[in-house]
Amino acid sequence: MDFYSFLIQLLNGLQYGLLLFLVASGLTLVFGIMGIINLAHGSFYMIGAYMAWALAEQTGNFGLAVLLGIVLTVILGILLEAVFYRHLYKRDHLYQVLMTYGLILVFEELRSIIWGDDVHGVAVPALFSASIPLTDNLSYPVYRLAISAVCVLLALGMYLLIQRTRLGMMIRAGASNNEMVQALGINIKLIYTLVFALGVALAATAGMIAAPISSVFPNMGGQVLIICFVVVVIGGIGSVWGALLAALMIGLVDTFGKVLVPDYAGLSVYVLMAVVLLWRPEGLFKRG
Amino acid sequence: MNKTSPTLLAVMVIVVAALAAFPFVGEKFYVQLVSKVMIMAIFAMSLDLLVGFAGLVSLGHAAFFGLAGYVAALMSPQYEAGNFWTTLPAAMAACAAFALITGFLVLRTSGIYFIMVTLAFAQMLFFIFHDTALGGGSDGIYIYVKPEMMLGDIKLLDLENFNVFYWLVLGCLVAVYLLLRQLLRSNFGHALIGIKTNDHRMRALGFPTFRYKLAAYVMSGALAGLAGYLAALQFGFVNPEILSWHTSGNVLMMVILGGMGTLHGAVVGAFSFILLQEVLSNQAFFGSVAKHWQLTMGLFIIAVALFLPKGLAGLFSRRGEK
Amino acid sequence: MSAPILKAEKLTKRFGGLAAVTDVSVDLYIGQVHAVIGTNGAGKSTLTNMLSGDLPPTSGSIHYDGHELAGMASHKISRLGIGRSYQKTNIFLPFTVFENVRLAAQSRHPRFWQVWRSATAFADINASAERAIVAAGLAAKRDTVAANMSHGEQRQLEIAMCLATDPKVLLLDEPLAGMGPAESERIVELIGQLKDGHAIMLIEHDMDAVFAVADRLTVMVNGAVLETGTPEEVRASPMVQQAYLGDSFATGDLHV
Repeated sequence: MDFYSFLIQLLNGLQYGLLLFLVASGLTLVFGIMGIINLAHGSFYMIGAYMAWALAEQTGNFGLAVLLGIVLTVILGILLEAVFYRHLYKRDHLYQVLMTYGLILVFEELRSIIWGDDVHGVAVPALFSASIPLTDNLSYPVYRLAISAVCVLLALGMYLLIQRTRLGMMIRAGASNNEMVQALGINIKLIYTLVFALGVALAATAGMIAAPISSVFPNMGGQVLIICFVVVVIGGIGSVWGALLAALMIGLVDTFGKVLVPDYAGLSVYVLMAVVLLWRPEGLFKRG
Repeated sequence: MNKTSPTLLAVMVIVVAALAAFPFVGEKFYVQLVSKVMIMAIFAMSLDLLVGFAGLVSLGHAAFFGLAGYVAALMSPQYEAGNFWTTLPAAMAACAAFALITGFLVLRTSGIYFIMVTLAFAQMLFFIFHDTALGGGSDGIYIYVKPEMMLGDIKLLDLENFNVFYWLVLGCLVAVYLLLRQLLRSNFGHALIGIKTNDHRMRALGFPTFRYKLAAYVMSGALAGLAGYLAALQFGFVNPEILSWHTSGNVLMMVILGGMGTLHGAVVGAFSFILLQEVLSNQAFFGSVAKHWQLTMGLFIIAVALFLPKGLAGLFSRRGEK
Repeated sequence: MSAPILKAEKLTKRFGGLAAVTDVSVDLYIGQVHAVIGTNGAGKSTLTNMLSGDLPPTSGSIHYDGHELAGMASHKISRLGIGRSYQKTNIFLPFTVFENVRLAAQSRHPRFWQVWRSATAFADINASAERAIVAAGLAAKRDTVAANMSHGEQRQLEIAMCLATDPKVLLLDEPLAGMGPAESERIVELIGQLKDGHAIMLIEHDMDAVFAVADRLTVMVNGAVLETGTPEEVRASPMVQQAYLGDSFATGDLHV
């Protein structure tokens, strides 16, 4: 592999990893704070992607579609939390698995009814449609760099939110000690709703910005979900920074795996997970 | 613990007798449907051993189901009959081996981790069969001719006959039920129930709980393999779809629906679930909605999770009983 | 006096940077009750957890009957003859007393490969379960479901399960917690009886009980040993008196 091919794969791996991080961070936050295992999290990614496609068709403007999509998915998140998820916080994981499995079926069928079962391409927004030439026949699309940049910005935003704001302080406190938070008179219900909506919006945003490079297709959520589980297992439940590290590792392993051992690339991330389980069964960043 | 009431025993004898007599009156379609249900009941019981008795919520049980099917398909010559006596043990042994290896890893975790890791390893198997040429890729493999059950030169059972196949499945169902029943009455079963109730306490009492769980995991995997083997024979093909997490989700639903931790509940759950599936997807009942039956099924599953944690059995249990 | 059956030396447990127990040494002898007292957070439970294998010590050693227990898995430690009860009642609530104790006894005769035999059909397991139930004074409650028993009876069951594993060393973590006076008296009497043939480490807040039954005492403060000795020596210790503000301690009341 020459330098430029390597560089391209490296950038692709990082971009894929960052995208996974957006999805997985919501998953791990919801695990860590509410103790919920949410199988339907991948559906939010799928919903985001389909929204981006449908709204871009309607408005003719991808950026506007993304903004509208974010607003809609936040509302969706708030509704889902209030109607379904809220009732499962104190229940056994078994029932969380069941209910969220049921939700997946519902989301997939609704998607089929509303948007059909076809694969759709989404145009790369004109602003980022250029490519940077690297050699005579190799170039790198600007849009992929833009995705990475957006992901990094969102990750930074989350860092500031969690470390620097009052809400973030409550999130951190809520994750470590529920009763204490309630004793302090903090409205834990509201925090749960907000965290859940944040998770939904992050996953959906990932789906939206990924749509122009991945297209939108049925069951796209399932694949992302399982990879995100692997991310969370490797990173350690509830650890956002563990998720970041694990997502980047998986992004790189998967991308280089596809180049180096194309037939077995699907396996590489699971082998990585097996190694981590042998070494640290609770993930790289176990919560104290 | 584990006492069968005379009423339950009587009901079971009647049910088994009715099932045995069914092929004499039922049409082919229904005989095959019930045999599919019974295969899923074996599958659900194998999962109940983990979920209901050892307290291990696996979301990757499809791995064993699918693996056994692939072993059956790969060991059968393309246009000739394979050997039942070698393919079935090989399929179950492959599942036991896969369970032993992955069990060693997944049982290092618990709770939410366990759920995710079992799902991930099943997905790994999905990719092995989906991405590589090993198992025919995404198209899978057909089993044109069912294996032969020979004893010397005599053909013991003709599995191509759907009635005979039905009785074989029924025999397996009864055998697996009795095996698990006795297993759970033994010291091993009591220890498993103790581990489900309080793993930590069991360790403090001197039980090597990891080994117990691993043994249960391997056994559960092998029995799921039996179900997967029979399913592959009945449907006549295997493809990566049977390894998908929908298979794992559905079988988990069957276990909950019938009431977990009772074994016969898993059988009831399998019957109810598949009948529901058939009804919801039947246009005669639901017209154009039938096409989107997964929507109704999804809502049904959500309702069970929210309102019926003990499954259908919870509907009938007496008031005031905990 | 013969050699101690269990000798813990310089046990230390750190959680992250925080030291919960520092350089604690304890010797346990058959036929003696060794009480460990101290305020909440003094590290008593952490000490018990290290001896039972629930927590591996950060450093230090535990010699027992020719074995080194530090870092050994809890089920192995249990099988070597060290039984423990828990501060928070830790029994199988849905089971009856007999089922609880039978399960505990089973751990000494596992035979899990004999799957064709029902668990209740092993005469030796049943016999040791029955013995433990009688020894713990629960004969009348043999078939009661654990969840339906009083708190005191549940604590007795905890001890019965411990006894059913046929231990030489008993680690009792606050067996009197949450008990009324009559129940406490019964357990104290039971501990006195169990002394015969067992080495007992008793963690307890109730000073009347401790002084009634203990042969030796260790006082812990902030994860370290303040004083070890006979009850009289400890009572007379200036350090202990200072730490516990004298008078209340001398009258036997150490609730802080």
